[in-house]
Amino acid sequence: MRHEDHHDDGLEPRPSGSSTPRDRALRIGVGGPVGSGKTALVAALCRALSASLRLGVVTNDIYTTEDADFLRRHGVLPIERIVAVETGCCPHTAIRDDIAANLDALEQLERREGPLDVVLVESGGDNLTAIFSTALVDAQVFVLDVAGGDKVPRKGGPGVTRSDLLVINKTDLAPLVGADLEVMAADAGRVRGERPVVLLSLREDPGAAPVVAWLTGLLARP
Amino acid sequence: MAGPMSISAAALLLADARFPSGSHAHSGGLEAAVGAGRVTDLAGLAVFLEGRLRTAGLVEASLAAAVVARGGGAPWTELDREAVARTASPALRATSRRLGRQLVRAAGIVWPHPVLGRVTASSPPEGPLSAIALGAVGIAAGLRAHDVALVGAHQCVAGPAAAAVRLLGLDPVAVQALVARLDLEGTAATAVAAAARPLAELPGPSATLLELEAEVHARQEVRLFAS
Repeated sequence: MRHEDHHDDGLEPRPSGSSTPRDRALRIGVGGPVGSGKTALVAALCRALSASLRLGVVTNDIYTTEDADFLRRHGVLPIERIVAVETGCCPHTAIRDDIAANLDALEQLERREGPLDVVLVESGGDNLTAIFSTALVDAQVFVLDVAGGDKVPRKGGPGVTRSDLLVINKTDLAPLVGADLEVMAADAGRVRGERPVVLLSLREDPGAAPVVAWLTGLLARP
Repeated sequence: MAGPMSISAAALLLADARFPSGSHAHSGGLEAAVGAGRVTDLAGLAVFLEGRLRTAGLVEASLAAAVVARGGGAPWTELDREAVARTASPALRATSRRLGRQLVRAAGIVWPHPVLGRVTASSPPEGPLSAIALGAVGIAAGLRAHDVALVGAHQCVAGPAAAAVRLLGLDPVAVQALVARLDLEGTAATAVAAAARPLAELPGPSATLLELEAEVHARQEVRLFAS
């Protein structure tokens, strides 16, 4: 903690995540409804990137260690680089309104295992209004799945409209659930403006190539 | 007009559940009590809250008031030792330090003050215990001993009350009515009176079940609240 930093001016409130990606890991939020594939995406990113980058993961499952255990079992990262945060039945509160436990987990993880290049912060499954605080993450991915209904992008909500990358996952299920991928992509484009949208089937593309490309682009930025 | 005994605006801010110091994810032992089948309804919650206020609530309020009564030059090491002696469970100590460092971190931005650096520097690396942190934050925010005692007592019951609504689906208004009937003022007054005495003589009533169940809860696989 750097409280001594905070009483030199005493006037201007500082953002709670006052450090920048230059002196710490890039922090990426992964949010989205229950069952949309957040943990599977995090696992895929870890598999794709762990050879070239030092990664960490903070999970926020409602069932605490469930997601962390999934990642540990799949052996995608050393277990000491995966930590779980409990959210008191309110996953959106823990990533948006009161990010204290997540910031604390990030700082402890980086202090213990650092320096790290990227830390993925996975939200517990939540509703469409959830969004990560900009004091917690540098960029965020919102994961929807085709089986959740093709009207979801049109309904919007901060996660759909404001996330830095929208992933529409499980495209392989589209014919089975009668979802129109073109409608989903067009609706998402309408509410998101220039912000990117990718269609993904982690079953067919277990490497999550378009998401890896997006993340690699972020890391390459000056 | 605010009279001299009215609570300050800073105390309201600090007591607000929306103050972002991470307390929303802590049930104060209620999740464990629900899991053990000891709290299932409003009547059970009333007993739980009363017990928690008289034990953990009084200890928290007394320690926090003792910090404020001693001011910026408080004997931090001795305070830490007294707080540890009143927190038998290692799991509860870890939880308390986590909440303490999160509170000091948020307060460092909301009420910047040298005392916050001092309490952190004088505490173990895991951070100050929550009562000590609350006292230091009280100093930073310009609160009186009575205010921090009241906030400490309130937080000890407000957390489990909110958790009961989430875990058992109890009527939220009926739960607030329970909290309103608790003697928070009396607890704060006792705490402030005790804070004037030597630290070793601060109240130390403990709730054995809270301590034991905290250890069980910390090892549970499925857990919605951090404590």
